[in-house]
Amino acid sequence: MDTSHARSFMPGDVVRVAGRASLGHCRTPWYLRGKTGVVAAIQGTFRNPEMLAYHKPGLPAVVLYKVRFKQSELWERYAGPACDQLEVDIFEHWLEPTKGRMANGE
Amino acid sequence: MPEPKRKTLKRKGAGGRAVHDVGGLALGSIDREEHDLALWEKRTDAMLILLRDNKRRVLSVDSHRRTIEDYGQQAYDSTTYYEKWIRAIRNLLVEQNVLTRGEIEARMAEIRARHETGGRKISRGKIPW
Repeated sequence: MDTSHARSFMPGDVVRVAGRASLGHCRTPWYLRGKTGVVAAIQGTFRNPEMLAYHKPGLPAVVLYKVRFKQSELWERYAGPACDQLEVDIFEHWLEPTKGRMANGE
Repeated sequence: MPEPKRKTLKRKGAGGRAVHDVGGLALGSIDREEHDLALWEKRTDAMLILLRDNKRRVLSVDSHRRTIEDYGQQAYDSTTYYEKWIRAIRNLLVEQNVLTRGEIEARMAEIRARHETGGRKISRGKIPW
């Protein structure tokens, strides 16, 4: 993991997934666009898959975060327990800051 | 590869999604059964691994994904997992100047003719580029 890379978010930060459409390949699923979650962990830095997809080097590498969402906020009429969560790896350029903070990302 | 069945799924409420990005849409239940792999499917898997290794670097997981995600909806819905893979491998070989389209088509015609002569049943289906 490249620790020299500047990170915008820390575990516990409340973030919003960008609501934009993607041009070409990207790894942010549609059902998360515009949704709010909490950073649970920093996974490292990786070459940008959106550029690797077109045979480019994918540099500079981008930070990948594990973001935790409440299932009940993702799906209408979610029938499972209210505590159900979903963790998804999302690259930094798909995340927007909010003013929120949550202890330990819980 | 068998001729794809005409089965285009309605993507109600799909908005601006890419064709593969269907998480959360009502597209029916998922087939969770294990399926035996045909020899050509195993070969397709092996070919992908070889083409993306450090020696060759013809493709990456991401360029392979991108090629599959660029299929039209009908081609996407009517092809199986490894059919999507082999079509993408073929197209990336041309995109990366490893083989030409003419070379691939000539070889396919040669194999088809050989199988026909040998009395083997062959599919008339063609996979669009």
